[in-house]
Amino acid sequence: MSMRDQIALAAALLLTACAANAADAPRFGQPITAADIAPWDISIPPDGTGLPPGSGTASQGEKVYAERGCGACHGEKGAGGMSGPLVGGGPLDAKDREPQKLIGNYWPYATTVFDFTRRAMPWQSPKTLTDSEVYALTAYILALNKIIGETDVMDAQTLPKVKMPNRDGFISKYPEKY
Amino acid sequence: MSTRKRRGGASPSLEPVAGNGLLDRRALLGSGIALAGAAAGAGTGALLTSAAAEPLTNGPWSMAPGLPVPPYGTPSKYEAKVVRTLSNPQLEPRTSGARTPHHLLNGTITPSGLHFVVARGGLTDIDPDKHRLVIHGLVKQPMVYTMEALHRYPMVTRIHFVECGGNGAPMFSKEPIKANVQALQGLCSCSEWTGVPLATLLDEVGVDPKAKWFIAEGADLPTMNRSIPLAKAMDDAMIALYQNGEALNPVNGYPVRLLLPGYEGNMNVKWLRRIKLVESPTMAINETKQYTILRPDGKAWQFYFPQEVKSFITHPSPGLNMKGPGFYEISGIAFSGNGRIAKVEVSADGGKSWATAALQAPVLSKAFTRFRMPWQWDGREAILQSRATDEAGHVQPSREAFIAERGPPRSTPNVAAFPMEHCNVIVSWGIGTNGEVSHVYA
Repeated sequence: MSMRDQIALAAALLLTACAANAADAPRFGQPITAADIAPWDISIPPDGTGLPPGSGTASQGEKVYAERGCGACHGEKGAGGMSGPLVGGGPLDAKDREPQKLIGNYWPYATTVFDFTRRAMPWQSPKTLTDSEVYALTAYILALNKIIGETDVMDAQTLPKVKMPNRDGFISKYPEKY
Repeated sequence: MSTRKRRGGASPSLEPVAGNGLLDRRALLGSGIALAGAAAGAGTGALLTSAAAEPLTNGPWSMAPGLPVPPYGTPSKYEAKVVRTLSNPQLEPRTSGARTPHHLLNGTITPSGLHFVVARGGLTDIDPDKHRLVIHGLVKQPMVYTMEALHRYPMVTRIHFVECGGNGAPMFSKEPIKANVQALQGLCSCSEWTGVPLATLLDEVGVDPKAKWFIAEGADLPTMNRSIPLAKAMDDAMIALYQNGEALNPVNGYPVRLLLPGYEGNMNVKWLRRIKLVESPTMAINETKQYTILRPDGKAWQFYFPQEVKSFITHPSPGLNMKGPGFYEISGIAFSGNGRIAKVEVSADGGKSWATAALQAPVLSKAFTRFRMPWQWDGREAILQSRATDEAGHVQPSREAFIAERGPPRSTPNVAAFPMEHCNVIVSWGIGTNGEVSHVYA
């Protein structure tokens, strides 16, 4: 250990001692590893960080949509029912009616479709879809909206590259409004 | 007529200070209110010329022992109508809303059982012994906390309102929706909250300087999540454990929720289980689809955090009809996500003239403030309005000013719909000659 390191260490010990004398900051958390957090670490940002392995296509998604009863709330082919439609949505500057904020005309990021479906759907049994089923449902919804092709594969590489029609439709009020 | 004087000076002027009979607010101070031909009290206003009172008798409750005292008190059975209104009582697969009956309450603290609720997966029923809060992401040491551990930290207690970003949305309608203050403004409430400053826990995990935001996420059905500026965590964010002195109500986040004073209600994540420090927002559904404000040009505002200055009159209001000409106390609630309420003005003539209301102390930052205004109603048509100003200088906008900024409403939607977010327009109550109070535009 060099003289400089020794001085630094002594200074650090002194600081620690002073802090301990003043008052021990309360520390009641337990350290946890990333691997142990992983089951809860489910937020997917627009760059796709954290997207899991797996993949799916629109036709696979159509099958999952039927099997899991998505249409009971969202209607046939996402046309809407008790819950909002998954397709359509007119112009956002409509003057004669309230514009609908739907996936195809409003949502800025395709990753949000994956994120929300995985965490919250189906409403009666969320978090039971496999990651490939979520990719497939995402592909199905994006294809219904003509944002991707019928045979496009959605996975961790392709999903973040999908450009949503209203990607540039938002203006942040933060930090102006804080 | 009483000639009693107020402490320290002459009786306040009972001459109107604004149109349609608004009186000097100082008439409410002290105990010396003296009003000819009238009796004080919100919504009473019995005339001295009323028929003579009945002779007094003993009620059965004065003639026999009462019931055993219960271990946990509930309101009197005679108050059974003082309840929240529910938007999804059968728990269909959609969001459940419950609205606070402001017209049946007074003061500034909302009873925990009447606090408004917006829940996306019903009532989340969490066993606190099995619940965990994890803090990770851009931190030096990720940590997990049991509820027992959280309760060991030094705590703070503060009084703050929480308001849904969609509260007041039915005000944004072509035609005035004939509904009461509970339906129109019931998605806001105010409580005393106790918990651990989020900054305390962030100090323990050690914040990576790259972190600029954090994601807060709940343990409810949709694992509801929002992105929040880290600056708010370092300012006044609280990991709340208690509401009005007792553990959080289950529908309000038991056993632990995030409290972000003044910010849009949805960001105050209930049933909190995870905080992740990140460089930029995660773009969750509730910050891209929901809680974004579509402008007339088709662009949308995003990350519109503080709930701006608002007030509304609760007494009188629709359902609390006038009992004939005479004295009334107009009272209501004012609050701002930007700080303290500086001033509330009241008009009885639809905004032609205004008088300053009395503010009930203490006037706290980002909390409900009760305002009061004495009024001599002459029995003719009137339009009551309140207009709040906060300490940052923001003034509650008129309907015209609000529409000039946000564009005109396109429809008259269902009262439970959300055609607008962050709608803080002045609220108008029309008073008919028959004493009926109704929602109007003025």
